[in-house]
Amino acid sequence: MVQQSIGERVLRKEDLRFITGKGSYTDDINLPGQAYACFVRSPVAHAIIKGMDISTATAADGVIAVLTGEQVAEDGLGSLPCGWMVHSKDGSEMKQPFHPVMAADKINYVGEPVAIVVAETFLAAKNASELVEIDYEEIDAVVDISSAQSAADIYPEVPGNTVYNWELGEKADTEKAIREAAHVTRISLTNNRLIPNAIEPRAAIADYNTGTQDLTLYTTSQNPGLARLILTAFVQIAPEHKLRIIAPDVGGGFGSKIFVYSEETALAWASKKLGIPIKWTAERSESFVADAHGRDHVTEVELAMDEEGHFLGLHVKTIANMGAYLSTFSAAVPTYLYGTLLAGQYKTPNIYVEVDAVVTNTAPVDAYRGAGRPEAAYLLERIVEVAAREMNLDPVEIRRRNFIAPSDFPYQTPVALEYDSGDYEASLNKALEMADYDGFSERKKEAASRGKKRGIGFSCYIEACGLAPSQLAGSLGAGVGLWESGEVRVNATGTVTVLTGSQSTGQGHETTFAQLVASKFGISIDDVEVIHGDTGKLDFGMGTYGSRSLVVGGSALSKAADKVIAKGKKIAAHMLDSDVEDIDFEDGEFRVRKSNQSKTFQEIAFAAYVPHDYPLEELEPGLSEKAFYDPANFTYPAGTHICEVEIDPDTGVVDIIKFTAVDDFGIIINPMIVEGQVHGGIAQGIGQALLEQCIYDETGQLLTGSYMDYCMPRADDLPSFEVGMTCTPCTHNPIGAKGCGEAGAIGSPPAVINAITDALGIMEMDMPATSERVWRAMQQAGGA
Amino acid sequence: MSITVSLIVNGKAVTQTCLENTTLVELIREKLQLTGTHVGCDTSQCGACTVHMNGRAVKACTVLAVQAEGAEVVTIEGIGVADNLHPMQSAFKECHGLQCGFCTPGMIMAAIDLVNQKAELDDQSIRKGLEGNICRCTGYHNIVEAVGRAAARMRE
Ligand code: FES
Ligand code: FES
Repeated sequence: MVQQSIGERVLRKEDLRFITGKGSYTDDINLPGQAYACFVRSPVAHAIIKGMDISTATAADGVIAVLTGEQVAEDGLGSLPCGWMVHSKDGSEMKQPFHPVMAADKINYVGEPVAIVVAETFLAAKNASELVEIDYEEIDAVVDISSAQSAADIYPEVPGNTVYNWELGEKADTEKAIREAAHVTRISLTNNRLIPNAIEPRAAIADYNTGTQDLTLYTTSQNPGLARLILTAFVQIAPEHKLRIIAPDVGGGFGSKIFVYSEETALAWASKKLGIPIKWTAERSESFVADAHGRDHVTEVELAMDEEGHFLGLHVKTIANMGAYLSTFSAAVPTYLYGTLLAGQYKTPNIYVEVDAVVTNTAPVDAYRGAGRPEAAYLLERIVEVAAREMNLDPVEIRRRNFIAPSDFPYQTPVALEYDSGDYEASLNKALEMADYDGFSERKKEAASRGKKRGIGFSCYIEACGLAPSQLAGSLGAGVGLWESGEVRVNATGTVTVLTGSQSTGQGHETTFAQLVASKFGISIDDVEVIHGDTGKLDFGMGTYGSRSLVVGGSALSKAADKVIAKGKKIAAHMLDSDVEDIDFEDGEFRVRKSNQSKTFQEIAFAAYVPHDYPLEELEPGLSEKAFYDPANFTYPAGTHICEVEIDPDTGVVDIIKFTAVDDFGIIINPMIVEGQVHGGIAQGIGQALLEQCIYDETGQLLTGSYMDYCMPRADDLPSFEVGMTCTPCTHNPIGAKGCGEAGAIGSPPAVINAITDALGIMEMDMPATSERVWRAMQQAGGA
Repeated sequence: MSITVSLIVNGKAVTQTCLENTTLVELIREKLQLTGTHVGCDTSQCGACTVHMNGRAVKACTVLAVQAEGAEVVTIEGIGVADNLHPMQSAFKECHGLQCGFCTPGMIMAAIDLVNQKAELDDQSIRKGLEGNICRCTGYHNIVEAVGRAAARMRE
């Protein structure tokens, strides 16, 4: 029997269908009689719609209907909501512009949908979409983040284009610490705007059945349950019990498939209006303009230290770009997922952060892998490195001096979080050894002899994962709870069907969750099937983001499995004529303690469904249990990333020679999958640090709107990675896991930039550190 | 205008009527319903649509169906099945060379061609050889390992 338990490198159950072309992604699904949709999108960033003529388009060959933003408004569809209410310093609520499903009278970014053309073929829809005539009266676009607050207001309801002015921490104490410190390091930095670019473009099929009045939406979602709640409770597209959302195989998400977007919503509405199934698949050019983007901060940081480099105070001032509308999670990203992480791994006693969130005429910005935490880690690990250089301290030493020690846990930070466990020295030491830090100066000399500049950079990051304790989240403005649901159905023959509200977009839930449940029951993972992604089959669930699947969703399954075992013990006690207290469950057997009497897991399952010898007066038949798990705290994965680069002074090309990551994710179920998550995260982090940049021109046109212009990391841009683990279990969930999905993207960017600036002997370098930027920096420093 | 195209797909002769601007990937996905071949971009950059045409890897989004007239086309569905996988398929699974799986069919088809074309492959040449295929999930580390492993087996 393949009984593969926790900690084993089990090959993935889902792979067979993907490697043989048998996956089922949304665009692979076709419904009988389906029509095709193409969106008409604004070519300008900021304009009043003076008029629209759809008559030619409507009359075009194969066109079924052209539906406009005006009709959306007439039908009274609600605003696409932001699910998180953030309050400004003065206690006032954030200013939220109305986010129409399709624009009716005003355009606020390039690519904003204004109409949907439904036709018999996609080609007919696309051709007709070009026949919709729209008269735009253009207005100056607000694009630049730093000057957005002094520009003309985009919305009357958002004065100064400022959504909120948020703060966290003790302002006076922090300012005093900075005033009185022996040394203060100051830097300004930009966290470059990114486009998530899951390789599967977003797609959906909306299918309204006029007979049953059920609406089914197949869609590329990270959280079908949450999408259903938003579409019913807020947008009011259909009653919750009449709306079924199915997320089949999803080809990557990285945050961008969390949100409830215009397109899927418009499609559902149109299907209901026309009474036919309608399919839409984004072309990549649409994804560039219409998926929520990530990051986009400008920040000033000050770090106060005593003579020995002990941190005394950290002051952070950030402007965060929200884009044209507040997308589903957006308000939480530069606040509760950002400001709260600014203690990092350090015992900084005074921290104060203020964040101005601004609207601009660009696509909405929301969570992208890491969401707020990469921005926090970037500024902190950059300023710590610069501080070390200014103080003439080894970058490793300055970190050691300030680490929270293992004996300090649980550790209350000055920015609201309580870390439960960690051992930062352990990760650092292991990473130093793997990266051979001791040998670095020799390697630097050797590189110099070849005319190359070699540098090494560190990043000791922390993140808060496993979103989130519902009551805490609620008190911070979350519009929803952040628990997860799980169901463990033992079938009569002893195989198990597991249902989870978590949703895989490639993380391997079908394997990890099977491994978790199989090891609980002592059965083979081949006997466990994991079902996810269909609100018609599952309890309400919250989905996958914030590295929460195993931590929250897995914990729900762990609890449900415990309930199965508890019931199984009662059945076994009856069958074995013993007391429940005397039954142990181990290795798949219910055994009467100190006896040789036992029943297998399969025998108990069978008895539960064929209850001939069964305590029917006390117990219901069947063996299926559910659990909802609401975490007691966030989890705090942390680790050290070390990057070693070599730079060609003639070209400015940065070559990553070695990238080492040592992470503490607590208890690990499947190390192979975890390492894969780390690899992917690092690749995205290196992409941000070296290659990727979303650029709008001053009129709000997206200049990086294709793979020809937006530089995605390719195989030959990246090195292989050295990945190691340390382990301090999470203290408050039943698995001890901390979550691993985002760490790579959080830890890596500062390590890369620290390595480059170390190589060049400079303090500042903006991301992405393209060869041009690096070359220019060398010219400026006179170092070429 | 409609045209008729005859070609061999995964060993079977097929004749299809389609528009003259229909691409090979549209023919494969929509007409033949072989949905293992994917579309990830509209600028011929991502490689998700990679298939073999007359033995060489091509981006099927960039080939018109009519250009495939008389050609022998092999898609991911044609290289191996569950109980008889192609060594490249098995290696991707064994090395965890896929996560969401969306880039995977194209990546596998491109990698098979790479191994067939190059007598010697080290990590660097595998990386160079796959630069026309974008993966957003894996960071390529395990893909490179998988291709190396499969190359050794394919040459046995
Ligand atoms: S779909 Fe063919 S290269 Fe992207
Ligand atoms: S596995 Fe998801 S894009 Fe490659």
